Amino acid sequence: MLPSSSAAPIRPIPPGWRGLVLELLLLVGLCSLIAVFLYALEPRALGAKFVYSMCIGGFCWVFIGLARRLLMLVVSTWRRRRLGASAPALHIGALGSIALAVPGVGLGLPAGLALADALTGFQSPSVWSVDTFSTRITLAVSLAGTVSMLGLMVGLERLAHSRAAAEAAERAAAENQLRLLQSQLEPHMLFNTLANLRVLIGLDPAQAQQMLDRLIGFLRATLSASRVPRHPLAVEFERVADYLSLMRFRMGPRLQVLLELPEPLRALQVPPLLLQPLVENAIRHGLEPQPGEVRLTVRARRDGDTLWLSVHDTGVGLGASPVQGGTHFGLEQVRERLRTLYGPAAGLSLEEAPPPERGTVARVRLPWVDVQPSA
Amino acid sequence: MTPTALIAEDEPMLALALQAELGRAWPELQVLGVAPDGPSAVAQALQHRPRVLFLDIRMPGLSGLEVAQTLAEDWPDDAPFPLLVFVTAYDQYALQAFEVQAVDYLVKPVTAGRLDACVARLQPRLSMAAAAPGASSPAVGAEVLDQLRALLAQATTGAGPTAREAPAAARLEVIQAQVGALVHLVPVDEVIYFEAADKYVRVVTADKDHLIRTSLRELLPQLDPQRFWQVHRGTVVQARCIAAARREESGKVTLLLRGRAETLVASRLYAHLFKGM
Repeated sequence: MLPSSSAAPIRPIPPGWRGLVLELLLLVGLCSLIAVFLYALEPRALGAKFVYSMCIGGFCWVFIGLARRLLMLVVSTWRRRRLGASAPALHIGALGSIALAVPGVGLGLPAGLALADALTGFQSPSVWSVDTFSTRITLAVSLAGTVSMLGLMVGLERLAHSRAAAEAAERAAAENQLRLLQSQLEPHMLFNTLANLRVLIGLDPAQAQQMLDRLIGFLRATLSASRVPRHPLAVEFERVADYLSLMRFRMGPRLQVLLELPEPLRALQVPPLLLQPLVENAIRHGLEPQPGEVRLTVRARRDGDTLWLSVHDTGVGLGASPVQGGTHFGLEQVRERLRTLYGPAAGLSLEEAPPPERGTVARVRLPWVDVQPSA
Repeated sequence: MTPTALIAEDEPMLALALQAELGRAWPELQVLGVAPDGPSAVAQALQHRPRVLFLDIRMPGLSGLEVAQTLAEDWPDDAPFPLLVFVTAYDQYALQAFEVQAVDYLVKPVTAGRLDACVARLQPRLSMAAAAPGASSPAVGAEVLDQLRALLAQATTGAGPTAREAPAAARLEVIQAQVGALVHLVPVDEVIYFEAADKYVRVVTADKDHLIRTSLRELLPQLDPQRFWQVHRGTVVQARCIAAARREESGKVTLLLRGRAETLVASRLYAHLFKGM
């Protein structure tokens, strides 16, 4: 019938149908309970009490529950037609249902009474003569029954909705992990590193071992890092240092590296390998094409309620070469990661370095409260 | 005479490795030095005039191909052009291009076997050139020029030897040059030639000079190759503005223009465009 959220996953039975059946079962159960309760109060004609209970409950459910679902279906379909498939479905929650309860009971009660009267042959006093005991009881029970039904309905729906959302989030997280891993074990980088390692083995075996140690450390950290959601900024900087020392082996002494991490920021928690794509880009697109001496600076700095992580390269800058697909994809991934983890408060910017510096600066902005160790 | 070589390679360890392997495979070869980037490769090659040049394809500043192009155009007339060996990592296009053009190439990291084969090909060519230096033969042979032209064409388009085939719709009709608050719109027909100058390109018409920030490389694909000919790595001329082309002994060609007093020089790489019909 109706998914209560447009992001609900595909299931064998549409959640709408399943919800409907559940509601019917609840209705019957509740009405039976009410009948028994009324019988306990006034021990006669259990059958009749059951009929009345079912009729009133049934009509109230029709007017509230059905109306609710119909309203959600109509409005959602209309929205989708007008605004496209991405339009949000209407979801009537607790408050909306309570609002519908008033007209619902107002219509359901007399309708139910009328039907029950017709079925049992009794003649109920008019609902509006509230002075009789049985009428008061009837009204009170109807309202109580309605409210509890509504509460149960909405509660169940919310449960299903959050379960679906949790599943979707889990899946997205797994996908991201995989993509992160893929981007880290990038063949380009491995190839170049190993090619240089081969040379070093013949020329200077001791240094070759050092380089290999760095590579092993980097790869091990990459593999494990993709599994934890956060790690200390100090560890993140160590990863970057490993990678850059490998680059120094390759590019030689013309590459100068500067890492600045103030002591108080060392324990802050950041997503693993956040800086990796930025450093790679800086090297590949900024520094490698630039002749002569080049410098890469990675800095962490607090500014009020923001943590800034910046990667500055004194390379060819942004305007020099057209941005290739590789750069864009890597940066988009970082932006998405930040968006997923921190929402709009986090971001990534790529700009020309401010004079007198030359080159490019990539800056990551993280909300201070979200990087605290206890968070 | 001792054969000399220059290595152009930006990764110092790979340069060392090539040097070491060459020492083993060709001990008589004297390696004059290692240039760490494109521009210094051009400078050192023109200064020392090695007989063999090992060019890394990907280098800072200028690529190996661009270095070769610059050298082919600027090489002095009185020294033999070096034998070129391109060194590439894993660029699949480069490998195809080299094989098609029968240009010597090495894959890095260099292995002993491959280097031996390369040396075996180079040595006879060197002794052949030494044995028969002709005053009439041009410094840079026609074969080398053909190979370089083909490689360059492939490099700019990334596929196939047919150069920039921009669809007619993408062709530039108007050049827009900004001076302060004014933007001059120059119909492309009025442009006599484009000349690269530092980070800019000079747009020269009959009566005015303009400067635009678009590089020649970005401009070329937007120009009709039938009307606008590249005659030098830094010059593109509208063909119908060329009054005459005078061949010099060096192999270069001087172009006399309609509407401008100055002359342009077409380099060796493009001199073939100016022939009688």
